[in-house]
Amino acid sequence: MLGFTNEQIYRYSRHIILPDVGGAGQKKLLKAKVLLIGAGGLGSPTAMYLAAAGVGTLGIVEFDTVDLSNLQRQLLHRTQDVGRPKIDSAQDTINALNPDVRVVKHKVVLDSTNVMDIIKDYDIIVNGTDNFPTRYLVNDACVFAGKPLVDGSIFMFEGQATVYDAAHDGPCYRCLFPTPPPPGEVPSCQEAGVLGVLPGIIGSIQAIEVIKLILGKGDSLKGRLLLFDAMAMEFREMKIEKDPHCPVCGEHPTITELIDYEQFCGVPFPAAPELLEPELVLV
Amino acid sequence: MVTILVPTPMRKVTGGQGKIQINAQTLQEAFDHADAAYPGFRERVLDEQGEIKRFINVFVNGVDVRTLQGRATPVHDNDQVAVIPAMAGGA
Repeated sequence: MLGFTNEQIYRYSRHIILPDVGGAGQKKLLKAKVLLIGAGGLGSPTAMYLAAAGVGTLGIVEFDTVDLSNLQRQLLHRTQDVGRPKIDSAQDTINALNPDVRVVKHKVVLDSTNVMDIIKDYDIIVNGTDNFPTRYLVNDACVFAGKPLVDGSIFMFEGQATVYDAAHDGPCYRCLFPTPPPPGEVPSCQEAGVLGVLPGIIGSIQAIEVIKLILGKGDSLKGRLLLFDAMAMEFREMKIEKDPHCPVCGEHPTITELIDYEQFCGVPFPAAPELLEPELVLV
Repeated sequence: MVTILVPTPMRKVTGGQGKIQINAQTLQEAFDHADAAYPGFRERVLDEQGEIKRFINVFVNGVDVRTLQGRATPVHDNDQVAVIPAMAGGA
C-alpha cells in the first residue's frame, strides 16, 4: 500500500483511517521537510508531535545546551541530558519516538549569513525562538524565500499562534509589528517566568497547523492571530491582514536585505536568560 | 461599557486584572478613561505623539483598528478592545 512497510501501516493506522489524512496524506507527511527554529519550550511539543505523526524530515536549529531549569517545560530533554547540546538530546528523543524521522541538526546561531541557506531545503518553518532578533530574521527570510512560517510565542500565562504566509496573500510578522520594540519596552530578553504547560498548548497548536499545511486540509491560522490566556482559560481570535505598507512584504518594501538586530535590551545577542521577578521587567 | 483585554505585561497598572470595564464612545476615550481609572495605562499603549505604539496592535471585536478608524474608531456597549503587544518568548 503506497510503499508503506507493514509496521508503518500499523504505526500510522489512526491517521490512515482518518478521511482527511488517509494513506496519501500519511505519505505527504513522510515526505515533508519541516524546520524547527529552537528545541525549547515550543519546539519540544512541536517536534515530538510532528515526529510521532511521521513527518519524514525534521530540521532543528539550536545551539544551546540543556539546563536543569529547562526541564520544567522542554519535554525533548531529560534530567540525564543536562549539559548536553539540546540538538543531540532532541535527536535522541525524536528517534526513540519514531525511527522513521530523519533529524537534520543545525547547531548554529541563526544570522543573516546562514538563514537563507538553512531554510531553503524545507517546506515549512516553525518559529519557537525566544527573542526578537531571531523572530525578525526568520520572518524576513521566510518572506524572501516564500516559505510559510508557523509562529508561536509565549509569556508567563499567555500565548499567541498564527501562520505567516506572505507568498500566499497572508500577512507577515512585520505587517503586525513593523519594527522591534525599543529596548526595555517589552519584556523579552529576560525571562519573567512561564507556566510549564503553556508552551505545550501553543507548540501543539503549531504542530497541528504544520500538519494541516502539509496535508493541504482545513483552514489554517493564516490571517488570524490566536490568543490563549491560561489563567482565564480563554482562546480568542484576532483578524490580521496583509499590510500594503509592510516594510518587507508590502507593495513598496523598504527592507530588501536581512537585518541582524544584534543589540537588544542593552546586551549582546544571544543573551543568557536571567531569572528576574516579573515586576522588574514589566513595561 | 466596553471591555478592555489587558495583556499580561500591562496588568501591573490594572492591579493584575486581565479585563477592565470602561465607559467610552471612541477608542481614544477608552484609553483616556482607562488611564483615569488606572494611571499609566495610556502611556503603555500610546507613544509621545499619541499614536498607538507600533509594536502594539489594538483590535475592536477582533478587527485591527488600523483597518478601522484608528483611535477614532467608535466603540459601543459590550465591545471588546484587545491590546496585543509583540511577544518574543518561546523557550
